[in-house]
Amino acid sequence: MTKKIGVINYGSGNFTSVYNAFRSLAPEVRVIDRPEELLSVTHLVLPGVGSFISAMERLTKMGLVDSLNKAILTGRPFLGICVGMQVLADVGFEHGEFRGLGILSGAVKKIDSHGLRLPHIGWNEVEPVRENILYCGMRKPIFYFVHSYHFVSNSLSVVSGTCDYGNKIVCSVSHENIHGVQFHPEKSQRDGLHLLKNFISA
Amino acid sequence: MLKKRLIVCLLLRNGVIVQSKGFKKYQNLGNPTAIVQRLSDWCCDELIYLDISTEPAYDLRRDDLKGPNRRSINDIISDVAAHCFMPLAFGGGVRTLDDILLRIRAGADKVVVNTSALESPGFITQAAREFGSQCVVVSIDALKTGNAVWEVYKNGGRVPTGRAPAEWAREAEDRGAGEVFLNSIDRDGMGTGYDLELLRAVCSAVNVPVISCGGVGDWEHLKQGLDAGASAVAAANIFHFTENSVYNAKKHLFEGGVDVREPVFFAHNASVEMGENV
Repeated sequence: MTKKIGVINYGSGNFTSVYNAFRSLAPEVRVIDRPEELLSVTHLVLPGVGSFISAMERLTKMGLVDSLNKAILTGRPFLGICVGMQVLADVGFEHGEFRGLGILSGAVKKIDSHGLRLPHIGWNEVEPVRENILYCGMRKPIFYFVHSYHFVSNSLSVVSGTCDYGNKIVCSVSHENIHGVQFHPEKSQRDGLHLLKNFISA
Repeated sequence: MLKKRLIVCLLLRNGVIVQSKGFKKYQNLGNPTAIVQRLSDWCCDELIYLDISTEPAYDLRRDDLKGPNRRSINDIISDVAAHCFMPLAFGGGVRTLDDILLRIRAGADKVVVNTSALESPGFITQAAREFGSQCVVVSIDALKTGNAVWEVYKNGGRVPTGRAPAEWAREAEDRGAGEVFLNSIDRDGMGTGYDLELLRAVCSAVNVPVISCGGVGDWEHLKQGLDAGASAVAAANIFHFTENSVYNAKKHLFEGGVDVREPVFFAHNASVEMGENV
């Protein structure tokens, strides 16, 4: 079956960059504007920048909350990027306490960087926790981060990558068909594009 | 650990890249999109475009620029973003939340605000609330007026504000700025290095990352900026004239023991067609 990548357009700032990055790698990339379209593709990508609550509000407004849950349950590969990964959590604590999609158990909390400057902005080295399709073929991968909050998982087994910034920060999560990355692969040149290629091959 | 960043700053004036000296003299250098691919391939960490135009619309009729005529800053951002797999910030003329939204939708990751933030500091808070602090970079242009005294200027370095850079940086941070982009007006284009005293004063005043700009003439100046506390070092003029200059700058820093990304040439031929907006 031909791979069709669906990039969900829910008003997130990095939609264009994510779309462009996949366009440069995959033969077929579609814009997902409506819930019905979620099942018309083989792979789902949820970009995201900005705050947790504004992402959840937009997803709710577009009727994507339940439909996205269902689409993910079908087992098609899913990749959440930055806030698109954070909304997988049960709850987010940015500017208050807000419900997430509840797909992976955990909470989005402010990074405790032990006094280092926040936001965590720039290129940082990611350490894959175990063999994982996202980092397949990469040696000492390095990606671009820009965030002040991170996903604190209730289950260590879903954490697939971490990095050091005063403390250990969760960089990526993987559970069966569900993947999430805190960093921006669409902005991470060689390693970023390599990761997206790996995701396409899932 | 988080690497120190090397940022290339490109000045856009009426649709073309220019070189500047003291915020006054400008020399045309070419098409804004041609340079992007090269910079990305040569390990540039980030790009900042600052639009210092005097007209809101551009009409590139020059055949030698090898690009279709472009009408607006958003067209330029879209073209640049299509070939740019690294972080992109746009500044210049950003006055309203709509200005920010248009640039983000066109492909910018961050916006740089200057005069509008000084005139209405609440704008920083609104922008941070709407788009996230990490998207809002406050740019501060400072002129040295005395011994360890500087003044913040607005409107492209033309109008004094009576404010001190460290104090304004602190307020900008309190209001939600994610980063500070610090420019020395008197060092701009001089090639004598950053104003390190100014840089140290601002770095110690805030807890957000500070990007230093203005004055680089030698790769060692970049190292000095990082040693003085900058999280990222930026330069404009110096990167235009030397072949593979970004790579060489990174190599100098890397071999000098500075924690930057290892310089590696990476060519990615994007197959995204120009002008295809989604």
